This record gives sequence, structure tokens and C-alpha cells, in this order.
Amino acid sequence: MTTVETPTPREMTVIYSRADRIFRGIVTAGALTSLLLLGLIASFLIFRSAGTFREFGLNFITGTEWFSDGFREVGDESRPDNSVFSIGPMIVGSLVVATIAMLFAIPLSIGGALYIEFYAPRSIYRVLVAMLDLAAAIPSLIFGLWGIEIFTSFGVRWATLLNDRLGFIPIFSVEFENFGRSPFVAGCVLASLVVPITTSVAREVYSRTPRDLIDTCYALGGSKWGAIRSVVMPYGRSGVIAGAMLGLGRALGETVAIYLMLNLVFKYSYQVLDSTGGNVASMIALKFGEATDKEISALIASGLVLFVITLIVNMIASNIVQRTTPRA
Amino acid sequence: MTQRTMNMTTSDLTDMNKVGGAQGDSTSFRGLETRSVHAWFGKHHALAGVSLRFPERTVTGLIGPSGCGKSTFIRLLNRMHEFIPSAAMAGSVLLNGSDIYDPSEDPAMIRLKVGMVFQKPNPFPAMTIRENVLAGIKLAHLKRDNHDDIVEQCLTRAGLWKEVKDRLDASGGSLSGGQQQRLCIARSLAVEPQVLLMDEPCSALDPGSTLRIEETIKELAEKITVIIVTHNMQQASRVSDYCAFFLTDGGPGYLVEADSTRKIFTNPSDPRTADYVQGKFG
Repeated sequence: MTTVETPTPREMTVIYSRADRIFRGIVTAGALTSLLLLGLIASFLIFRSAGTFREFGLNFITGTEWFSDGFREVGDESRPDNSVFSIGPMIVGSLVVATIAMLFAIPLSIGGALYIEFYAPRSIYRVLVAMLDLAAAIPSLIFGLWGIEIFTSFGVRWATLLNDRLGFIPIFSVEFENFGRSPFVAGCVLASLVVPITTSVAREVYSRTPRDLIDTCYALGGSKWGAIRSVVMPYGRSGVIAGAMLGLGRALGETVAIYLMLNLVFKYSYQVLDSTGGNVASMIALKFGEATDKEISALIASGLVLFVITLIVNMIASNIVQRTTPRA
Repeated sequence: MTQRTMNMTTSDLTDMNKVGGAQGDSTSFRGLETRSVHAWFGKHHALAGVSLRFPERTVTGLIGPSGCGKSTFIRLLNRMHEFIPSAAMAGSVLLNGSDIYDPSEDPAMIRLKVGMVFQKPNPFPAMTIRENVLAGIKLAHLKRDNHDDIVEQCLTRAGLWKEVKDRLDASGGSLSGGQQQRLCIARSLAVEPQVLLMDEPCSALDPGSTLRIEETIKELAEKITVIIVTHNMQQASRVSDYCAFFLTDGGPGYLVEADSTRKIFTNPSDPRTADYVQGKFG
């Protein structure tokens, strides 16, 4: 009896065609370029903000004072530079306004997307989809102007009502009954800015629910709402979360609308109806024009903080999406 | 005008009473019955003048080449047809003598009585095996308190219980294709339908799973009426008591003949049926 020798596995060689090699080159270059850009931006931010972080340390993130000692003449060493830079309230403000925006935007988007996809008459379906995409392309400046000119009066009414009925809850209490430039109203405007994007994504995701699964719900004696609740919404959940994160990214980074809607106040405030607030992005826009060199470094440091926050939010988002994707 | 002519032709071709053998008073007929049913999609006339009877506790196979309207026909039987925009129908479908297209009938209630299993196994992705079986009860808001019994009973009838009883909380998607299809059958059974429609339920499955499903179908027919669309002639001959042969000449699909399965496969009345079951076309 002969023993069978175990063969060593053969090596596989791959021959790429010319078209394959060229295409591979193009997509690789594209991917590397975007990575390189991201790296360059990050290193620019880190490099330019290093001075600020060295001087103020952690206090830059937690402190509540922004003072630029601008009257000192350049090169004047006769008195020390008393500038203090820290952005604690702006970070909190960014998160507060974005949270308010998302609280309104997510239910509105889900409802809107379900309406367009499952309830809207076929004759207006295309019009609605086109309008939605158009709305997503409107510059945020327009939303900001609309917010000040038109929406504020409605927003103030809602805010007054909230304060009247729920004022005993600390976040709805106010020091002065001047609701116009409050994070609540700004958050509403921000929501209207986010809704088109998140709705668009949610609609797209819902529209991909396999027809078969929806039919099965009907075949089991279910109603349309039953089909939506037990198939469409679970099926689209991860996509809707991804869309919401896209919207959240926009809400966190929104500059112009917030710049127009809010008074920047460097004070920690959790009272969403009070007219104090601000966010990192709009603060940078506000201060940049007249900033001293040292202040510019601090503003770039603020940018870095925003960059990191957005990065963290995105990482959390992709994590959630991965965990909620149904394995069919 | 054309419609009417076709109507006459098909009623000539089809001796309704041959199928099921129920003679006389049609309102006392137990089971599902269609009377000169037509279907349209917009202007496209998809199905013309089909009159058939499906007696209680029998299996009827619907056979015929692709595009002859079998699936359209089967979707007319539980009012799924109307979900397609611009779909229309004429004629009547009677379940135990009452018209399911009567304006007073709630389509959702009809679908509870006439269940459906689809071509591709499609357990609900976000649900466990147990939740899948009970999905219909939840969807139709049925009041049942013996959920555990229902799960066991339905999975047993679908021939899946032994394989999954220890992992009812696993995702429905973790099963093999054949098991998934049996899970879908169990899911349909949970709402206690009188009729089960199956639209090529085995076309996506391997031969072993197909045999398991066929056994399941035969056992189901002890209690309910099964109507199955199939392209597999062996399957039709193995599983069904009656067969109905559909055809299209480029226009709307129509019924060529319907009879006992043995007659269709050994001595059909129409030469086209003979050609088709012998695999000469289609």
C-alpha cells in the first residue's frame, strides 16, 4: 500500500487586463487623494492649534472665557498678553442645538419618507421627490434668513407655550422671557435644514424594502400600517440611522444659520428657551475677521475640536449602523 | 366584443363540474370557486374567462408556460392583485359561496382566510423563528393566548418543528433555504387559513427541500385547500389531486383544461395539454 503524500497548495497567479490595471490605478489614486487630504487637514489643524493647547491645556475645552487682548501692540513686550481662550459653552451649545434639531428632524423625516413612499398619490410622488432634493440643496443662509424673518414668531409662540406648561422642568425655565434668540428656536430652524437630507435618505432606504416582504404582511391579513411597522421600518432602520447621522453632521457644523439666529454667550446654559447659546462653527465665523494671530490659533484649535467631535459622532454612527443591520 | 368571444371559448373548453365533481347548486359549494375571471394591468388584458373550482381539502396544481397568467390568477384569489397600480378584474371569486370581491368584504379578512406562500423564502429579517410564526397573529390583531402551542403546532404541520424546537429565538434568516420556506408555510398557517395559495414555492430550493415541502403540502391538504403554481411537471403529478392547464397565444392567458391530475398526465382532452405535460413546449 502506498502512502499518499499531502501536496503543497499551488500558488495562484492573477493576470489583470490593461483596462483592469488602469481602472485600479484611477480608483486607488482617488481613494489615496481623499485620505491624503483628510490627513493634511488634520495635520494643519493640529500644527496651527498646538500653541493654544500648550498654553491653555484642557481648560481650552472646559473653560468659559474668550478674551482677546487685542489692544496690545505687535511686538510690545512691556506688558504680558492677557488673552484667554476657551470654548466650553460653544461645545455644549453645538451639542444642545444639534440635539434639539435632531429631536424634531428624525420623526419628521421618518413620517415624511413613509408618506411619500407609501401614502402619497402616485401623481404627486415625483414632484415630492424632486422638491425634497431641491430643498436639500438650498443654502443654509436662506434657512437662516427665513428663520429670523418668518419662523421666529412661530418659534417664540411654541417656546412660550413650553415655558408656560413645562417651565418647572429646569431645561424649560428661563431667566428672561425673551425666547426669540434661544437654542430652541435655532434648533427648530436647524431641523428644517436637516429634514430634507434625512428624509431623502430615509425615503430611498424605505423604497428598497423587498416588495415580497410587504406582500407577505398583506397576505397575512395585515394592514398597510402593520406592514410598515413590522417590515418597512425594521428593514430601513440602519439606513435611516445613517441618514440621521448625515443630518447630525450638518447640524453640528452649521455656521451661517446659527450665526444669524443666536447670540453668542460664553456661559454654560442648559436652558434651551433662554436667549443665550452659540456653537463652535458660528463662533469661528464670528471671530475670524478681526482676530489677532494668537486668536486665530485658538480659532483653529476650535476647528480641531469640532473636527474631532464630528469624527466621534461618525464612528458611533457607523457602529450603530453595523449593529442594527438585520442579517437576513 | 373580443372579451365575450374568449369567454365563450374558454367555457366551452372547461367543464367546471369535472373539477371537484360538485354538481348542481353552486352556492352550496364548499371551497373556492372562480367564475369567468378576467384580469387587466392597465390596458393589457392578462387573463380571460377562467372558471374553476377548488374543492375543500384538495391540492390543485396550476401549470402552464411562463406568462400565461397563473401567478396573476392566484393573486386574484386572495385580493393581492389589486396592489398592482392600474390592475383591474372582472368576474367573481367565491369562497364557500360568497363573493370575496363584494364591496362589503374587508380584503384583509379575505387574506386571513386565503393565505399565500411566495416563490422566494422570505422570513421577516428582523424577527426570530418564533416571532416569524406569530407575525400574522400580531399583524391581524388576532386574540390568541396560547402562543407557545400555536408555534409548536404550525411548525409541526410545516414539518420544521424537530429541526428548530431548540432554537426558536434564532433569527429566521439563520435557517437554510428549504427550512426558511417551511417557516414561511408555518407563518401562513398560524392565522388558520381555509385556503393556502403557493406561487412556485420550491423553485428556489434544492431537490431534497422540495420533497420535504411536497410532503408538507400533502399533509396540509388533510385540513385545508391548497392551490399551487408550479413549473415542475413531476411536482404537479406528485403533489396535486387536480391540475389546471393555462396557456396564452400571445393575448390574454386562458384555461385550456382542468381535470384530475391522473387524467391530465395520462389522457388529457386537449392535445396542447398532452404536448405540454410531455415537455414538448413551454
